[in-house]
Amino acid sequence: MASAVSSLNRSAGHAQRPLATRDSAWVRYTLTAVALGFLALFLALPLVAVFAEALRRGVGAYFAALNDPDGMHALRLTLLTAAIAVPANLVFGVAAAWAIAKFTFPGKSLLITLIDLPFAVSPVISGLIYVLLFGAQGWYGHYLAAENPWFPAFQAWLIEQDIKIIFAVPGIVLATIFVTFPFVARELIPLMQQQGNDEEYAAITLGASGWKTFWKVTLPNIKWGLFYGVILCNARAMGEFGAVSVVSGHIRGETNTLPLHVEILYNEYQFVGAFAAASILALLALVTLVLKSVVEWAHARRRA
Amino acid sequence: MSRSHRSVIPGFGLSLGLTVTYLSLIVLLPLSAAFIKTAGMTWEHFWDTVASPRVVASYRISFLASFAAALVNCVFGLVVAWVLVRYPFPGRRVVDALVDLPFALPTAVAGIALTALYAPNGWIGSLFEPYGIKIAFTEIGVFIALTFIGLPFVVRTLQPIIEELEPEFEEASASLGANRWQTIRRVIFPQLLPALLTGFAMAFARALGEYGSVVFISGNMPMRTEITPLLIITKLEQYDYAGATAIAVVMLIASFSLLLVINLLQKWSRRHAAV
Repeated sequence: MASAVSSLNRSAGHAQRPLATRDSAWVRYTLTAVALGFLALFLALPLVAVFAEALRRGVGAYFAALNDPDGMHALRLTLLTAAIAVPANLVFGVAAAWAIAKFTFPGKSLLITLIDLPFAVSPVISGLIYVLLFGAQGWYGHYLAAENPWFPAFQAWLIEQDIKIIFAVPGIVLATIFVTFPFVARELIPLMQQQGNDEEYAAITLGASGWKTFWKVTLPNIKWGLFYGVILCNARAMGEFGAVSVVSGHIRGETNTLPLHVEILYNEYQFVGAFAAASILALLALVTLVLKSVVEWAHARRRA
Repeated sequence: MSRSHRSVIPGFGLSLGLTVTYLSLIVLLPLSAAFIKTAGMTWEHFWDTVASPRVVASYRISFLASFAAALVNCVFGLVVAWVLVRYPFPGRRVVDALVDLPFALPTAVAGIALTALYAPNGWIGSLFEPYGIKIAFTEIGVFIALTFIGLPFVVRTLQPIIEELEPEFEEASASLGANRWQTIRRVIFPQLLPALLTGFAMAFARALGEYGSVVFISGNMPMRTEITPLLIITKLEQYDYAGATAIAVVMLIASFSLLLVINLLQKWSRRHAAV
């Protein structure tokens, strides 16, 4: 699935084409106009609409809407969630890529497929499975009436210890980790496979320890791929809506992430507030796109 | 890598152990919960849930809108990928970066932005309003949101393939007297077909599960614009765990089958490219 998420492992560049394989000028202009028109309608216009709607009642109203304690709390929770989910998946991604790229073992292609699995699962189901796992717990009667679905002993223990996972921050973090699970691994596995093991052999034969080899030889080689994976992982972690929506319980000032806060404001017809919060997320998305392009550029230059 | 290399590079046990443990705890154990939960239902109960008219109506809209969106993305995605690779124009890099917007923009933000645009009083919705065409809160709205979400899949799958097309084939075709259209149809398109199908399957799979961008624009009318993921949430809010899980299992089976199809398509695509 994720191989469609753009990847660093892609070449770029246009050679001057010979005349026979060049399209005629009117074909070029028509196709370019169709492509740009489609992108303007489907991509640029929604982006512009976010800012236009946020600023509809003026700059003053925009900043007044941003200065909202619930919104600030939602932003902090979103940053906290990303701050836990991204490093967790980063460590996993490096470990998985190391195991898959450096060694041969039975079941390797199955492992690669399983790592991809979260991309094939609907976000709503990604939240649901955690509700099933941790069971009927929660505040304000959310899901409390439901029967204990699975692992009754484990779930009874959680209730006894007063550990809240669903409708609390741990559930939000877990669901986010699930949906962003493959990003770093997906980027690193092909990169490390392509680079081979020669440099690591050399380092180890010359007496470097395993960790030293990793820090001094492997890491510098994969740093752009790693950074790229982290950017994509972080963007999804901060923007995830469906999965978090199922496990969060939408408790204002407690379990609302920024995307959920946008939904609540929108459903309350506070459009300026909703689009103001959305504009923060849209800015983060633009930063993501810029960073991504910078990494692609740096990577292409290094290879050239 | 031969067996003897295994002892040279250290960390096999640590890295594979960490990978398998983390994968099991985060992905496999929670996913199996859905199947185990469903196994506790009787077959009649399961069937009554997943084949009830409202649920079947949701499969219908989810399937049809996703299919239409993926199809439209194939047509325009092909044009976009072709233009981005073959025709240099000022600002090409910015446009290329923008293609990833649906990956980077949170789905909820996309959802409210599209709703604002296509609502009867929105920039685009107001253009159609005089003709009595409603876009937001109808099936067309669902289709628009799913088109937005799926676009990068087709473009990003096609781009590397178009970049690697050997110009020699096109030259040979031209020198043998084919006109440009014949070359495109008989030489270029067959080489792009596997990637195009892969992109279609990916956009379709993503659209089937999509939630955030659709719920705002769809209006969520039962039997008409209520998509399957939304129905799962509705069941959960009614404390109907078993019902929600049964529908989820149907969706999981559909997405895993699609994942299998995508993997086969990619194998075919790679073999095709290697020839």
